[in-house]
Amino acid sequence: MIVFDGVEKRFGDNVVLSDLDFTVAPGEHVTLIGPSGSGKTTILRLLMCLESVNAGTIRVAGRYLSHMEKGGTLVPADEKHSREVRKRIGMVFQQFNLFPNMTVRGNLIEAPTRVLGLPKDEANARAEELLDLVGLRERIDEHPSRLSGGQQQRVAIARALAMRPDVLLLDEVTSALDPELVAGVLALLRDIGETTDITILCVTHEMGFARDFSHRVMMFDGGQVIEDAPPERLFSEPEHPRTKEFLKAVLSRG
Amino acid sequence: MDNIGTFLSVLAQGLPETLIATVGGIVLTILLSFAAGLALLAPSRPLRVISRIYVEGLRGTSEVVQLFWLFFALPVLVGFEIVPIWGGVLVLGLNHGAYGAEIVRGAIQSVPRAQYEGALALSLSPAQRMFRVILPQAVVEMIPPFNNLFIQLLKSTSILSFVFISEITRQATQILVPRFNPQVLQIFLLLLLVYLVLSLLITAGMRALERVASARLGRGPSPGAKRLASTGGQG
Repeated sequence: MIVFDGVEKRFGDNVVLSDLDFTVAPGEHVTLIGPSGSGKTTILRLLMCLESVNAGTIRVAGRYLSHMEKGGTLVPADEKHSREVRKRIGMVFQQFNLFPNMTVRGNLIEAPTRVLGLPKDEANARAEELLDLVGLRERIDEHPSRLSGGQQQRVAIARALAMRPDVLLLDEVTSALDPELVAGVLALLRDIGETTDITILCVTHEMGFARDFSHRVMMFDGGQVIEDAPPERLFSEPEHPRTKEFLKAVLSRG
Repeated sequence: MDNIGTFLSVLAQGLPETLIATVGGIVLTILLSFAAGLALLAPSRPLRVISRIYVEGLRGTSEVVQLFWLFFALPVLVGFEIVPIWGGVLVLGLNHGAYGAEIVRGAIQSVPRAQYEGALALSLSPAQRMFRVILPQAVVEMIPPFNNLFIQLLKSTSILSFVFISEITRQATQILVPRFNPQVLQIFLLLLLVYLVLSLLITAGMRALERVASARLGRGPSPGAKRLASTGGQG
């Protein structure tokens, strides 16, 4: 579903990702872990086209995301091409990024009606169904600012799902939440993971969640994947010394 | 003080011109502010350059001289005279639109980048991102500085007296002062009060607008009101 091929990303002289190759299969749940600055969030941002690659290519569902084919050669993707490919990709952010100028309903129907061209009643039905799923149906006509952080994040998840994505990117979605609200959001994500076949890439510091949610965990350090294994193995018998060190530091925190 | 009634009625005769210039100027200011402000942020370089030339050119030269140029130099150049009041509206609008463009640009840039990213992650097009997500949030931030700008514009209408437009300042200086010279103190005090009342009307309107706009973003009225009060003293 997702193929990174020799991807390099630099910010000025700072190399964040170098010669990175990995593949994610359809329906797979992959968690990216690693110290801050290791490039894991950058991977999600590249997939969402919030950043562009300096070298290498990214393919999603067989199509180039970072590039497009023009006269037999690959050229950097233009706005139209990348918008077409990333329609299949949804993202949930650490800070929710709900639109404050719209109600919960407006947030949920905006992109389905304007980007996918869904009729309004269909988009509304989809919004109601998704709010049922996240348990916020009765808040549909309220402003996002009236909701708690956990509720806002659940709306943001519903908003991403309203586009019926094939790929969902979760960028530290519980990091900005009060501790007592984290469990509800994680339970919702487990539910989505079990009931859909969406491919999910997740950056998180919740190691317990990473362990039982993901099929695979990739440990990043210095812009490279240094360990890539099923969670049972990576968490109980990490091979790389940096992974051991990292897990020790994260797990002792609480 | 027994001439107050006469003073007021003579000033009132100039009120329509002052109001047309103010309202017309505000409408033109808003149009130009948004057009030039958006152009300042456009991906197209020529558009940004044109807009920048407009802003710097109009903002950096004297409003009075611009007015003289339009009224006394342009007719020589192109051979026709503009209807005075519309010439006045044009200069006021062009001038304040240049300031307004920076207000629009600044407010758009103050919307958190996260909002742009959220819109992009939903595959909204660049135009949809701007007009559906960014601009509606930016407008709330624009209201207090626009309130200042509109009050400045109102006060600037007095320069139209230089080009023979019978607005309230010209009514005072050309009709009242020659006739009631000993009472010049009261005449100008009254004139100042008329401007004050008009500017308070503008502020009241803008505050109402800000309350509505804040409510649409789900914000309480108090922080907005506080912000408005703290920016009201300029100029």
